[in-house]
Amino acid sequence: MCGIVGILHHDDRPIEVALIRRMAAQIRHRGPDAAGAVVDGPVGLGHTRLSIIDLAGGRQPMAVPDGSLLVTFNGEIFNYLELRQRLIGLGHRFATRSDTEVILHAYEQWGDACVEHFNGQWAFAVWDRRNRRLFLSRDRLGIRSLYYIAGADRFLFASEVKALAADPQVTLALDGTGLGQVFTYWTTLAPRTVFQGVHELPPGHCLSVENGTVLSWQYWQPDYQPDVRLDEQRATEDLLALLSDAVKLRLRSDVPVGAYLSGGLDSSITAALIRELTTTPLETFSVAFDDADYDESRYQRMMVERLGTRHHEFRCNYEHISEVFPEVVFHAERPLLRTAPAPLYLLARQVRREGYKVVVTGEGADEMLGGYDLFKEAKVRRFWAAEPNSRLRGLLLKKLYPYMPNLQAQSPAYLQAFFHVGPQDLESPFFSHLPRWRLGGHLKRFLAEPYLEADRSSEPYDDCREILPPAFGGWSAFAQAQFLESAILLPGYILSSQGDRMATAHGIEGRFPFLDHRLAEFAARIPPRWKMKGLCEKHLLKQAAGRLVPEEILQRPKQPYRAPEAVAFFGTPQHPLHNAYADDMLSAAQIENYGVFQPEAVERLVSKVRSGRAIGAKDNMALVGILSTQILVDRLIRNFRPIEDDSAGSAVFGDTKILGSGEPSYGGGVGEPGDTIPFQTVTNSTTG
Amino acid sequence: MQDSRNKIRTFVRENFLFGGDDELHDGDSFLEMGIVDSTGVLELVAFLEDQWGLTIDDSELVPENLDSVDNLVGFLERKLPATVC
Repeated sequence: MCGIVGILHHDDRPIEVALIRRMAAQIRHRGPDAAGAVVDGPVGLGHTRLSIIDLAGGRQPMAVPDGSLLVTFNGEIFNYLELRQRLIGLGHRFATRSDTEVILHAYEQWGDACVEHFNGQWAFAVWDRRNRRLFLSRDRLGIRSLYYIAGADRFLFASEVKALAADPQVTLALDGTGLGQVFTYWTTLAPRTVFQGVHELPPGHCLSVENGTVLSWQYWQPDYQPDVRLDEQRATEDLLALLSDAVKLRLRSDVPVGAYLSGGLDSSITAALIRELTTTPLETFSVAFDDADYDESRYQRMMVERLGTRHHEFRCNYEHISEVFPEVVFHAERPLLRTAPAPLYLLARQVRREGYKVVVTGEGADEMLGGYDLFKEAKVRRFWAAEPNSRLRGLLLKKLYPYMPNLQAQSPAYLQAFFHVGPQDLESPFFSHLPRWRLGGHLKRFLAEPYLEADRSSEPYDDCREILPPAFGGWSAFAQAQFLESAILLPGYILSSQGDRMATAHGIEGRFPFLDHRLAEFAARIPPRWKMKGLCEKHLLKQAAGRLVPEEILQRPKQPYRAPEAVAFFGTPQHPLHNAYADDMLSAAQIENYGVFQPEAVERLVSKVRSGRAIGAKDNMALVGILSTQILVDRLIRNFRPIEDDSAGSAVFGDTKILGSGEPSYGGGVGEPGDTIPFQTVTNSTTG
Repeated sequence: MQDSRNKIRTFVRENFLFGGDDELHDGDSFLEMGIVDSTGVLELVAFLEDQWGLTIDDSELVPENLDSVDNLVGFLERKLPATVC
C-alpha cells in the first residue's frame, strides 16, 4: 500500500515542492517505508511508499529514462511479470523489476488503454510531459481510493481527502447532498463525496487533465447477461480455476503475505487456496468478540486446525471499539452507520505489529457470487408479491434472519406490513434495495436545516438512476441487485470504510482474490439460479470449493460481519460505560456548535440509548451515523491539524527537483490510542 | 382516556420521532410514515405493558391494534376496564 498526491497548475505557475511534501505527509500511514516528491514546472507529484515489490528499485515518483513520463502509483499490478515480458518483446527496456515501471511502459505502449491490460488494484497518475497531460486511473472495482479537486486554475489529487486539506487554500465543508446520500445508501455516489468540491474518481474510471480541461470516462463495466453456453459442471470447474489463479497472482510479493480468517466461507476458501498453492508457513489473523452475539471464533479455529496456520486472534470488547472510533472515522473520511470498521482497524494494527504488510481477504465473494441476505430478501419479497395473500410465503422472511430476534417476534400481519411490496416497488429498478435505503432514510429525521433542505430538494433515488448502465433494464432482477451492491456498497462502504482505509491506517495492504476482474466478469455471467439455488446462497462457490473447507463451515447459516454499536459507547443500564469524547461530540452544545443535527432530537436519541431502550438497527444506525458525522466535522473540518512535513533531502530530476528519502521522516501514522490490546499468538501444533 | 391518548402521543413523538418536525395526527399510520419497524412494534408493546400493566398476546400484535395513536387508544379501551382509562 502506498499513498499518492499531486497538483497541476493550468496556468504554468510553478509548483512549490513544499506543498507536495506537506500533502504527502498527511498520508504517511499508507506508506511508512519511504517518501518522494517531484516537481516539473506546473506539475508536482508526491508518493509515500510501502515497499512490497522490488524493495530496492521501486522508489517513486518514477520516470522513464528520457523523462517524458512520470508516475505516482498506489497499489499493485499483479500481472506485471507477464506484462513486463510482453513489453520487453515490444522493444521496451526496463531499469527495475517493479510493477510501477510496467505502468510507465504500458502507458507508453498503449496510451490510456494500458489499464485494460492490468490485473490489479490501483490508483495512479501519469504526467505525460511531452503532451502536457495528466492521466489518472482507478481500478475496476474501486479497491484503491482516489480523490480530486478540479479548480478553475489548478487540479489537485490524493489518495485521501486529508492530503488535499493540507493545502492551505483548501477548506473542507460538508456537502448536504453527500450527507443525504450516506444516510440513504451508506455511502456517497461517486464522484460525489461528503465534502463540497471534493470528488472521488469512480471505480473503473480514468480521468485526464489537458489544457485546463478535465475529462473522465468509464473503461470497464461487467455484463450481467447470463452466458447460455455454460453448464453447471463446467461453470463450477472454471470458477475454481479462476479463483485459484486469482489467489496465486495475489501471492506475488517480496514480503510475506498473511491471510484474514473471519470464520465465514469466503476467507476460509482464500486461506485454504493459499495453503494449497504454497509450502511456506501461513500466518492467519482474526477478530473475535467478547460479546458472543458477534463472535465467530469457533469457526475460525476450525479452519486454523485444518490448515495448520500460525494464528493470531484479536479479541475485541466494547471499550476497544469506542476508544478507536475517532481514529476510524478520521481514516474512513466519511460518516459511518456501523462500527464494524473499528475491529478491522484494530486487527490491521496487530497485523502490522506482527511485522506483516500484506493480507489476503475474502471480500467481494458476496457481491460477485450472490451471498448477501439482501439478495434472498428481494427474492422472497418478489415471491410473496406474486401471491400477496399468502401468509406462509411471508414466514420465509423469518428464516432469512435467524440472528434478528426482533424480527422473529413479529406476527404474520406485521411481517406482511413491513415487507409489503406495492405495485410501484415492483416496477422500481431499486426493488432489492428499497427496504435498506428506507431504513437509512430514518437518519434524516435528525438533520438540521439547511441539510434537511438539501435533501428535500431532490426526488428519492433520482441521483442513483444516473449510475445505471444502459443495459441495466435488460438484466434479471438478481443481476440488478448484484449490480447495485457491487457499484455502490462494495466500493463506497465495504472496500473503503472497512477494507482499504482501516488497513492503510496501519500501512497494511489488503488483497482480494474474489475481486480479480476476470472472476468478476465470469461471475456476472453465471445464471442467477446457480448463484442462489432456492434460498441457498453462493451455491456455485460452495460446489466449487467444497473440498477446501469443513462441512460445518460450508453448511453454516450465513452470518453477516457485525460489531457492537451503541452499546460499545454507552454500555447497558446495568453496566453503563462512558466515553468522554463520544459524550462531548453528542452533547447538545457540540451538536448546536456544528449545526448538522437538531440538538433536541439527538438528546432524545441519546437518552433512549442510555436507558437501554434502543434495541433496533434503526436507532443504532442513527447513533453511529450522528456520532461519526460529528467526529468527521471535528477532526477534518473544525479542528483539522495537518501533520507538519519535516522531511529532508533532495535530488535533481532533469531541470526539476526530486525530493526523496529512504527513511521515513514524517513521523509515523496518526494516533495510536490504547496500548493494552490483548493479543494472542496461537501456534497450532496438530498439523503442518 | 384523554390522558392515555396524551401519554401515547408523547411516547411516539419522543421515542420514534425524537421531537423532530414531523407532524403527527392521531389517525396517521406509523407504518406509512415509516416510523415503526420490527423493533418499534416491540417498543410499543413494552410501553403498553409498562404503563398499563397489560399482558399482550402474540395474536394481538397486528396493525389494527398498534399502527396509529387512534388504534392504540382503541386497543387500550378494549383491553382495560373503563375506570382505568
